[in-house]
Amino acid sequence: MIEVKDVYFTYSNGVEALKGVSLTIKNGDFIAIMGENGAGKTTLVKHFNGLLKPTRGSISIDKVDTTTVSVATLARKVGFVFQNPDHQLFSETVQEEISFALKNFGFKEETTKKRVMWALNLLDLAKYRETSPFMLSGGERKRVALASILAWKPKILILDEPTIGQDYQQKEKLLQFILQMKAQRNTIIIVTHDVEFVAECNPRVLLMRQGKIVADGEAQKVLTDPEILAQASIVPPQITQIFLKLSDFKLPKEVIDIYDAREKLLRVLEKQPD
Amino acid sequence: MSVFDGLKFRRVYSPIHNLDPRIKFIYVCAIFAAAMIFPELLPLTILFLIQIPFVILASVEREWLRSLRGAAFLATIIFLTNFIFSYFSAGMFNLEYAVATTLRFIVLVESFSVFFLTTSPDHLGLALEQTRIPYELCFAFTTAVRFVPVLAEEAKTIMDAQKARGLELESGNFLKRIRNYIPILIPLIVSAIRRSLELAEAMESRAWGATENRTNLYILKMRRGDFVLLAITALILAAAIYIRLFSTIPSFNDLLEGFLQTTRFLT
Repeated sequence: MIEVKDVYFTYSNGVEALKGVSLTIKNGDFIAIMGENGAGKTTLVKHFNGLLKPTRGSISIDKVDTTTVSVATLARKVGFVFQNPDHQLFSETVQEEISFALKNFGFKEETTKKRVMWALNLLDLAKYRETSPFMLSGGERKRVALASILAWKPKILILDEPTIGQDYQQKEKLLQFILQMKAQRNTIIIVTHDVEFVAECNPRVLLMRQGKIVADGEAQKVLTDPEILAQASIVPPQITQIFLKLSDFKLPKEVIDIYDAREKLLRVLEKQPD
Repeated sequence: MSVFDGLKFRRVYSPIHNLDPRIKFIYVCAIFAAAMIFPELLPLTILFLIQIPFVILASVEREWLRSLRGAAFLATIIFLTNFIFSYFSAGMFNLEYAVATTLRFIVLVESFSVFFLTTSPDHLGLALEQTRIPYELCFAFTTAVRFVPVLAEEAKTIMDAQKARGLELESGNFLKRIRNYIPILIPLIVSAIRRSLELAEAMESRAWGATENRTNLYILKMRRGDFVLLAITALILAAAIYIRLFSTIPSFNDLLEGFLQTTRFLT
């Protein structure tokens, strides 16, 4: 469980990135943090594994205050996948890259091997086991970075912009994988601008603006409220936009799912005499 | 990163910032030369002191102090090695010599720091161009200068990313600590190379180098302040050479003795 109590954070250059953020994230929660550039999304999640410590207020992970333990200790529990994979890849082979963290955490060699294979298979990377990560494409490098964190099975997983540079198929796989993680009672936090992806996942959405949380609720509620979304410079998902435009036909506006939309439209069409 | 901070330009306006970078560079070189020809403490102290008015005029005291603090580590090493080696070469510890050598290093850092703190990369590029250095080289140089803060920022992100994978930079013995930096350095170098390739492509797609004879929007011109600085530079250099050639420089010991003798004589 992550407990954030009235957190303020100011960078050394004087930029106040968080201004009184409070929230609780329970085990097994799936959360999408959204908001315009510079809203403080990445700053907030960097507090969850101790990379940043609050200037004021407190953050605790499973009742442990983040200021009292090292990043490496917290990392065992909180996996953080950075936005740009090039900021972490350094090994000669994909396999070594994935085992790096496991070695840091002192896993036994046999366990390390098993976990690496598991992560490689999970993310469709087994054929690149002996390849240099620098030879891979952007999307593949991103998956290697993800695999290198999943390998130690952190209870809390933070993904910063996971969908950038991924094609539809890979996004779909990412979604499946997130749902699978969620089913295993892992906490997943994604930071993203990808409204369509969030609409498809239907998580709890945190909307941030200028260092504050302006909305917190079901994706179906938050992503269909044009006023709140406008505050955070977010455009509703396309399917919602259609329903908002069709409000004259007395259609419900809280729609983000395509199957749900289909049913609602069919119901209206059936009522209409030809 | 404190050494970098001491070399990072911030856009402020002061009489020193407005000076022609070419003259400032000549001044720095003159100070450099003067510092090299004196092994004695007294002239080096003077060279150290004459730069302080520049720092105050340019109001970059804080950044300047930071660059000196960044140089403190190297200065200590220089001091210790000179102090110890003076014993092996002369048979006795020579404190004054060691202090002088250290001060020489500090004078160099000081003057270069003033130069970089008060000269914008654009000005620097312009100065290079007007000294007829090929534009490609000037551009490479200014780009390199401009990317230092970007790389510093990137190094921080990389450190965060590796810490998030359980890397503890401060653990282990000396060798282990150096090895800890490999996961930081490789991504940093790789992304710098990747960035430079991307920059080259982006520039070429914007017709970089399309015309043979480039012209500039701004052209550096010598003004009164520049001539004053040039005169000061010439004076410092001339005085330094004159003193070096035609007079002997008393050491601090001699000065102290002389001072004691006069006081004894007076009482």
